[in-house]
Amino acid sequence: MLSTEQVIRRGQMRDRVFSILGVALTILCLGVLAILLVNLCREGLARIDWQFLTTFPSRRAAKAGIFSAWVGSALVMLVTGLTAIPLGVAAGVYLEEYGRRNWFTSLIEINIANLAGVPSIIYGLMALGLLIYKWEDWFGDKTDSIAGLGQSIITGGLTLAFLILPIVIVATREALRAIPQHMREAAYALGASRWQVVKDHLLPYSTGGISTGVIIALSRAIGETAPLVTIGALTYIAFLPPAPFSHTESGQMVGPFAWLSSPFTVLPIQMFNWVSRPSSDDNNFAVNAAAAGIILMLVTLTMNTVAIVIRARVRKKVKW
Amino acid sequence: MPDTQIDTRPLKAEVKNFSFFYGSFQAVKNVSAPFREKAVTAIIGPSGCGKTTLLRCFNRMHDLYPGNRYAGEMILHSRSPDGSVRPLNIVHPSTSPIEMRMRISMVFQKPNPFPKSIFENVAYGLRLRGVGSRSELSGRVETALRGAALWDEVKDRLPQNAYGLSGGQQQRLCIARALAVEPEMVLFDEPTSALDPIATSKIEELIDDLRERVTILIVTHNMQQAARVSDYTAFMYLGELVEYDRTAKVFQNPGKPLTEQYISGRFG
Amino acid sequence: MTQAAISPKELSVQAATRLRPIERTIEFGLLLAAIFSVFITAGIVYVLFSEAVPFFRHPDVSVWKFLTDTEWTPLFSVKHFGIMPLVVGTLWTTVIALLVAMPVGTIIAIWLSEFANAKVREIIKPVLELLSAVPTVVYGYFAITVVAPAMQPVYTWLAEAINSVLATVAPGASPIATELPLFNMLSAGIVMGIMIVPYVSSLSEDAMRSVPMLLREGSYGMGANRLTTAVRVVFPAALSGIAASYILAISRAVGETMIVAIAAGQQPNLTANPAEGGATITAYIVQVSMGDLPHGSLEYQTIFAAGITLFFMTLAFNLMGAWLRKRYRQAY
Repeated sequence: MLSTEQVIRRGQMRDRVFSILGVALTILCLGVLAILLVNLCREGLARIDWQFLTTFPSRRAAKAGIFSAWVGSALVMLVTGLTAIPLGVAAGVYLEEYGRRNWFTSLIEINIANLAGVPSIIYGLMALGLLIYKWEDWFGDKTDSIAGLGQSIITGGLTLAFLILPIVIVATREALRAIPQHMREAAYALGASRWQVVKDHLLPYSTGGISTGVIIALSRAIGETAPLVTIGALTYIAFLPPAPFSHTESGQMVGPFAWLSSPFTVLPIQMFNWVSRPSSDDNNFAVNAAAAGIILMLVTLTMNTVAIVIRARVRKKVKW
Repeated sequence: MPDTQIDTRPLKAEVKNFSFFYGSFQAVKNVSAPFREKAVTAIIGPSGCGKTTLLRCFNRMHDLYPGNRYAGEMILHSRSPDGSVRPLNIVHPSTSPIEMRMRISMVFQKPNPFPKSIFENVAYGLRLRGVGSRSELSGRVETALRGAALWDEVKDRLPQNAYGLSGGQQQRLCIARALAVEPEMVLFDEPTSALDPIATSKIEELIDDLRERVTILIVTHNMQQAARVSDYTAFMYLGELVEYDRTAKVFQNPGKPLTEQYISGRFG
Repeated sequence: MTQAAISPKELSVQAATRLRPIERTIEFGLLLAAIFSVFITAGIVYVLFSEAVPFFRHPDVSVWKFLTDTEWTPLFSVKHFGIMPLVVGTLWTTVIALLVAMPVGTIIAIWLSEFANAKVREIIKPVLELLSAVPTVVYGYFAITVVAPAMQPVYTWLAEAINSVLATVAPGASPIATELPLFNMLSAGIVMGIMIVPYVSSLSEDAMRSVPMLLREGSYGMGANRLTTAVRVVFPAALSGIAASYILAISRAVGETMIVAIAAGQQPNLTANPAEGGATITAYIVQVSMGDLPHGSLEYQTIFAAGITLFFMTLAFNLMGAWLRKRYRQAY
């Protein structure tokens, strides 16, 4: 049998070894992130300039830019945000504040939990089959106005909105659940109706939590490639969607929402396209890919940092 | 109920054969009692005796949770601006819970101001009632804060967040919030249990001042508090109303042995 | 209180009755939003079935062939429709990703929960979560520009070592390839593993931290050290939560698309060697979508047949994960 001292020393030794292992693995993971960033910057940082941001893709790597890609990303995100945020917050409010516990609400809850685990590419298949082809089968001949969902910004935006909807719903519910019940009672006791409690108290108090979730969801959507490839977003777009009330070449004025049915590309698809192209020294698409990757990383890391800061602030501020 | 008859104050509320159920559990059992206008009635009893449950029936707080059921009558003798009195059954299914909560305010166990400005906390109930003009709101907010003996402490920082106030100030703010809407009754649910002795005595003084203006129902754990602030005392045990009488009578000459045992601290 | 001509409480009664129809409308609107998520699921199931059923009804295809044929060549002139090569590609990349993410994520989770102090934890956890926020197309680029080239000499050295051992132990055995192609399932899987580390580390850490202090105190009280307490007491108590995090990681890895589409190569390959290139179900769907297949053609329908396979694989894992999470929530 070992002496007590030996046992203690052995335990301390093991603790120390494990501690070092934990720190080392954490540093390793963060190191990978750092190498990824450094590698991107080394390859692509020099490529980023005004010209890169304001020119269209081209067959000549050195002349190609990401103008249509980032405009496409921004417009798709606009549609995604405007769809997923109100829908997701409303659904979260219903499930947390209105829905009684019964088979129906648990069906919705199970459904949302499952949706959150469905691979993004499946959403792409769904949008391809439903929003593009079935939509055309069902409505195509009758009305021109809604026939053209097609491979357009609105289809892309809706696809990503469906994809992030579960994240927004879950974030909303968690933020609402964090508000203590006595806050609700205080408002009800003054004669507030359910909706007044929601709009005057619960939503304002949960803004921080909800926006954290929304930002993380949007940052995920902005980096999504697969579902948009599936619905057939193009890789070579050398024009911008029509601005509201602008004039076409034939002199016709377009409506305020014409851009919604415009074909599009997005930043990650542009990067994917450049990654998959054969590069040579005098036509180096890999450099373009790295440059697009830097922009993409900049956007997602910024959004995630903002989300982390908001979450930390909310936690610190709230004491109820 | 012997002694209450000599009281000349009109009835403000009464419960008749009133019961309350959490699902199948009966938390309040067949209680009957009158409540005089502009009197302070204390409800005392050991934990789990149903006193808070009964109090929360008055502004239909239980409606917020599924599976709860009221039985019997709980009448509010509501006075219209023209002076006429109208009996309203608070717990009748056709009575709007929102209307009852507007007529009967509540102050909770823990101070629960909204994370808004001091001004908005007090103004919220008024806004719900459609009071929109800034000048009317300011006037009423000031009146309410003065009524809650808080005005002098907060008059220079009305736009600041209510969470900057001390616990006792927060509770008085909650009282101001309840008073601002000129309720017919105010319910206090152990309002000082989360406060220190100094803040507690301020709240007790306040309740003493308020009795001239509004009917008060207070649930308390603290028997000295009940003896100090109330005109009437109701003693509940296991969901039943054991004794109800003038406070002096209950504390000095209780009618039931159970009351006497509780008051002398032999259980609870 | 001597105030105002109309008492606010009389206003209130009107207000209360006036509000009702609006309240109903709002509640109905919110309900519709909640129901909308069910429509999304219905849409997914409907599309997958309505496009996959004609595929399986096609004279050249059958469910039996789909499950047993060892070749997947729907785009070639001689068509084979065996999903197995894609499933195997998916499983290989998933297994490799898990071999990275499970040990690394679990050790980090134990370290964060039981060893690191609160301040370090509060900083490290969200920073680690950035790993899963990196767009997957960027990871794909990383895999072919950094990881695969770095792996090539390591692999060659390893393979030569294995071959020399093989030559002495079993002289007749054929040696394994010593060259690692640039596009291979191994490096795609490793990068994917790094991406899913936070799923394991954060969720497992949550599970371990929800283990009551009382259990730890019981162990410390008997003189146990940290590691023993963590491994013998906390880890088993949090096991179903940790298992749920593994399941979520599996489901992520199975459904991950861009890393494998870029870095694993795109030839369906029924192989026992993950150092070769291969295609996953997801990579195949991307590959076909990049082209321009006519709607309604058999080739077009193959991506839905592949999709339905993927959908049921992830659904199985998700249900398993949900069941495990529910169990561990009930534990305390």
